[in-house]
Amino acid sequence: MKSNTLILHTAALFIMPLQLMFSVFLLFRGHDEPGGGFIGGLVAASAFVLYAFAFGSEPTRRILRVAPRDLLAAGLLFAIASTVPAFLAGQPMLTAHWWEVPLPGGNYLKLSTPLIFDIGVYAAVLGTIMTFVINLMESDE
Amino acid sequence: MLLAVLSGFLLAIVAPALHRVTGKYIGWTLAILPASLTAYFASLIPDVQANGSLVMEYAWMPGLGINLNFLVDGLSLVFALLISGIGTFILIYAGSYLAGHRFLARFFVIMLSFMASMLGLVLSDNLVSLFVFWELTSITSYMLIGFNHEDMEARKCALQGLFVTAGGGLALMAGLVLLAIMGGSYSLSEILSSDLALHEHAFYTGAVICILAGCFTKSAQVPFHFWLPNAMAAPTPVSAFLHSATMVKAGVYLMARLNPSLGEGALWSQALMLFGAATMFTGAYLAFSSTGIKKVLAYSTIMALGTLTMLIGVGTELALTAFICFLVAHSLYKGALFMIAGALDHETGTKDIARMGGLKKTMPVTAAIACLAALSLAGLPPLFGFIAKELLLESLLDAPLWSVGLTVAAVAAAVLIVGVAGLVAIKPFFGKVADTPKAPHEAPFGMLVGPAVLSVIALIFGLAPFLPEAALLQSAIGSVFGSPVETYLALWHGVNVPLVLSIGSLILGLSLVSGWHRLQPALYAINTYAARFGPEAGYFRFMEGITIVAAWQTRLLQNGVLGLYLLLLVAVTFGLTGYTLLTHHGIHLTLDLTDSHFYEWGIALLLVAAATFASSTHSRLGSVASMGVLGFGVALTFILFSAPDLGITQLLVETLTVILLVLVLFRLPEFVNLSSPFERFRDLAVAIFAGVVMTLLILAALDVQYFESISSYYVENSGTLGHGRNIVNVILVDFRALDTLGEIFVLSLAALGVLSMIKLRAEDQYKS
Repeated sequence: MKSNTLILHTAALFIMPLQLMFSVFLLFRGHDEPGGGFIGGLVAASAFVLYAFAFGSEPTRRILRVAPRDLLAAGLLFAIASTVPAFLAGQPMLTAHWWEVPLPGGNYLKLSTPLIFDIGVYAAVLGTIMTFVINLMESDE
Repeated sequence: MLLAVLSGFLLAIVAPALHRVTGKYIGWTLAILPASLTAYFASLIPDVQANGSLVMEYAWMPGLGINLNFLVDGLSLVFALLISGIGTFILIYAGSYLAGHRFLARFFVIMLSFMASMLGLVLSDNLVSLFVFWELTSITSYMLIGFNHEDMEARKCALQGLFVTAGGGLALMAGLVLLAIMGGSYSLSEILSSDLALHEHAFYTGAVICILAGCFTKSAQVPFHFWLPNAMAAPTPVSAFLHSATMVKAGVYLMARLNPSLGEGALWSQALMLFGAATMFTGAYLAFSSTGIKKVLAYSTIMALGTLTMLIGVGTELALTAFICFLVAHSLYKGALFMIAGALDHETGTKDIARMGGLKKTMPVTAAIACLAALSLAGLPPLFGFIAKELLLESLLDAPLWSVGLTVAAVAAAVLIVGVAGLVAIKPFFGKVADTPKAPHEAPFGMLVGPAVLSVIALIFGLAPFLPEAALLQSAIGSVFGSPVETYLALWHGVNVPLVLSIGSLILGLSLVSGWHRLQPALYAINTYAARFGPEAGYFRFMEGITIVAAWQTRLLQNGVLGLYLLLLVAVTFGLTGYTLLTHHGIHLTLDLTDSHFYEWGIALLLVAAATFASSTHSRLGSVASMGVLGFGVALTFILFSAPDLGITQLLVETLTVILLVLVLFRLPEFVNLSSPFERFRDLAVAIFAGVVMTLLILAALDVQYFESISSYYVENSGTLGHGRNIVNVILVDFRALDTLGEIFVLSLAALGVLSMIKLRAEDQYKS
């Protein structure tokens, strides 16, 4: 299934990168402002779904580069990986750890296990929806 | 100690690699582990003699009060030594018996896992870890019975053993939980050392019934005995190890272990005596009337298990002394006899005793060992089996309850067992040389060393019973009795009633052996007739019943009509919720609409209109679109009440849902109205009911607060503890991250479900 309208093709090419950037933005700002991994993952998924509607499932697989179900696994792995520091420190599972990396200009980059966890959620959500959509689209063919 | 228990699992992991390196010496190589474990357990003996019992602690899940504590006392040490000691010879034997088998490596993996589980079972101090090891032995036993997995009969028998023992395991789990509640602890050593009168507790009867259900199934007591002879489908090393010397004694072990705590109740002792005696007699009779050498031994194992159970039930000091001696004696001679049986089968090509004869010329060493072990089985001096049997009869003669009945049953069983001993030792080796499928010759060394050593140990223990007694048996008897005991074991007690009974049973037994050929057809006819009403027939009827009920309820509930699934789900969920709401809270309608704005009414109207349209339209696309409108309306509500995160999520999910629905929509057939007006009104009624309950529930939730809300905690701490200002996100990824973790796993599972559903369907289409 793919559409042949020029408008959708052109629009998808413009909108998709914006959506993807916005999804990453949502992911990173999520800790302080509305957003987060779940929402970010949904936005990213809708970007790819838009692309899939415009160009079909095979090109979408190509720009995704990894199989959707690998994305799922990666998400779960990230989420599990975020429990490792607490495990090594002998703390209860999922205890948060924070690291502040100094940046030039006197600012700090805050890195943390919740961020890793959130990236995992992002990937898992994206993977789930892409698994649904791509496989449903392909089952036609 | 932790390493001692778990080393079996570790070795199991590397066993296949070792097999490639060591080739045909794999049995000898792997036997090093149980041999060194035997030495290690033996080195603990002085400690146990000095202190009575040791508890070794290792944390496992401290948050749940589950640990890997090990309780080492006389009883567990006797079992551990039997397991590792006999295990050593079994591994050597198996290396020779199964030499060249293509799944030899796999066999050793399961066998070592079983050994480790069994050690864990008898050494566990924690009831939970005991149960885990208990179930592991059931599972490894299943895999070993079904080892020849290409044989359908073997698979069937394996499944039967698993169903019976795992079914009992479920009851056991309930029983152990009840026990822990009664005893106030999951630690065996704490329950055993507490002076609570458990038999007066309200849960006592329930706990005893559940625990005994577990023990009786595992230890093949009547009426669950039928799985054990069928388990003989396993290779002989398995039968020798699991189904005579160790695993089937797990139930007996647990009963002995709990005897000091639970033994004071009448239910315990009477149930044990009754079932034990019945099992003893049934086992002895069936052993004598069978022809397959492994079946004979299996039934005589059932007889031994019954005897052990009965002795725990009698519970006097003398009876428990007999218990421990019988336990050790039985493991020694039965392990040996099974290995002999395997050797006979291996060399002659048949398992049928009736087809063997005169083998003493071709297999002299095997014959000698078989005679020694059979003497112990028959309970003749100077072997340890004699001491055990004398003690058994003596303790039954002065049993406090049912003394006459138990003695009669035991003597009858003894007569039959003498007959059985004759069958396995005299029949194959003496008399006329019979034609066997294979030309027999002496069994290889690896298959003889085990039975030889075990029989010689039985002989040494018989001649010098004070050796094991002083080392371990006395403290083991004390563990079962509940307090230290003084015993005096001796081969010769002078001429007394037990001796007279023994001699009588010997004479009768031997005459049974000589008449075996004439009796056999009659016994066979009786057994075939009885099997139609026996417990095994009951088992098959029960399994058929399960299948029928399953088919019936699948047709009823999983009938493939999606609308009906939904109807049931909604009706049950909201019915129960509504009931709880009504009984616990009541209905209070305090609806204050004064501070509502006109745009809120607008959204509400939109929602109602969209829902009405979605459920009444005949166009699928229209229905999906109006469901979308409904979703966006909800998102709007979230945003109005300042929950932007929820709003965004709802919006995105709604968009994607509509897209997914559209993708599926094109696949569906034309819309047809299949439901009758009645069905539509029924559905409408359920839907309205659900809506009303939900509304009342929300109103109730606004109305009352049973607990102080946790949200203030989140508001206060999300900045300081979670380093974030967006509370929703801090909750998702930090405070309640475990929930989120669970959710993304569920999400992934759903995705994989959809994936396999679509892909599998595609494959089906290729096939057709």
